[in-house]
Amino acid sequence: MYTQYYSQHATEWRDVVSVRHALLALLSEGPKYGLQLREEFEARTGEVWPLNVGQVYTTLQRLERDGLAESDDDGDDGPQKGFRITPDGAAELAGWLRTPPDLASPPRDELVMKVLVALRVPGTDVHQVIQVHRRYLVELMQQWTRIKEAEAETDLGLALVVDAELFRLDAVIRWLDTAEGRLKRAGADPPPPSSVALPRLRRRVGMRS
Amino acid sequence: MTVLEMRDVSKAYGQGAGRVEALRQVDLTVGAGGMVAVMGPSGSGKSTLLTIAGSLEEASTGEVLIDGAPLSRMSRNDKARLRRRMVGYVFQDFNLLPGLTVAENVALPLELDGVGARAARAAAREALDGLRLADRASRYPSQLSGGERQRVAIARAVVGDRRLLLADEPSGALDSVNAEAVMRLIHEACKRGMAAVVVTHDAQLASWADRVVFLRDGHVVDQTAPLPGPESLLTPGQTS
Repeated sequence: MYTQYYSQHATEWRDVVSVRHALLALLSEGPKYGLQLREEFEARTGEVWPLNVGQVYTTLQRLERDGLAESDDDGDDGPQKGFRITPDGAAELAGWLRTPPDLASPPRDELVMKVLVALRVPGTDVHQVIQVHRRYLVELMQQWTRIKEAEAETDLGLALVVDAELFRLDAVIRWLDTAEGRLKRAGADPPPPSSVALPRLRRRVGMRS
Repeated sequence: MTVLEMRDVSKAYGQGAGRVEALRQVDLTVGAGGMVAVMGPSGSGKSTLLTIAGSLEEASTGEVLIDGAPLSRMSRNDKARLRRRMVGYVFQDFNLLPGLTVAENVALPLELDGVGARAARAAAREALDGLRLADRASRYPSQLSGGERQRVAIARAVVGDRRLLLADEPSGALDSVNAEAVMRLIHEACKRGMAAVVVTHDAQLASWADRVVFLRDGHVVDQTAPLPGPESLLTPGQTS
């Protein structure tokens, strides 16, 4: 049902999700054709992350170039060309599965920036800024929950993907709730303007600039 | 058809300097089949809203109507009867009676309302069947897991012809899989025509509702837009 669509986050997520390793994982089950790889990738991720054919073949070419996969030698570059994983590919996959992704450096979060900025812009109601975002996030969560309600009991892959989205959005809402609580305790008075506050914060937490 | 209507409801406790306004000019309407979640930090008035909606407390000003009948014009007996017949409650700590079996717990509100034991038991069986708990009917609450206890509490809240389900942090201390099961059951009860108000601070639970109302310092400060179909989340994309 969702093959015709991709989520608003799909583009960002695709950068995060390693297509390369996902294809290696599928090949670890046995030799497969390019088109088959694409279909299986989408099916296993609850069809939330569509891949286009070009992306599949580019990735396969790179895997071949790096010696992680090999193809049939018949020279046919069409959808019937078969691929299989090499021992180096299997080792690469095993290493990737056991290596945590880089979550150590916090990304620059636009919402965090907005709330920090809202504290300093005269005449801005920070609570309102927070509430606008909270409502938007809850609305997104309602829509993901509907997808879960409709399909996820029978589709494990989709349920896992939707859970991940819900927890991610929920974490942002919890941060907004905590921020609001902190503002309340602080008397909601904006801190004195300070031009050095943001750079200092960045240095302290090692935020990427 | 409107099941619960709160019109300009305010509630204050105490007098003078100690006066606390728990709810201020709250308007809330929930129709049959509708599920509304009320979100807000602790002290925002969520639980007060629920107890007033369920006629357990009286509003200081404003009016509450259940199925079109104003609570302010009801005697204490009328209200007690309304609570037994029309309203189901689910609380964080389940509130099951430990000395009664699952089936007896679920049948209890009907028996209190004068329904014969056999008919009450049949209705309890039906409610338990609907929540896939039929095989637990003869057990005692202490023999159930936390998730099962809360499902029994929901069965008790929907037994008979109840119209309004009021739930206060219904997933309490349950883990997320059991919490989801609880919300799924409440959602299903609404699909069968009940109206529900679920109070929670948890966005994942609130997201099961058709509408989420945000409460702060006793005021309704915001609410979500009507829910679009799932396609709206997913924008047309690659078809190659």
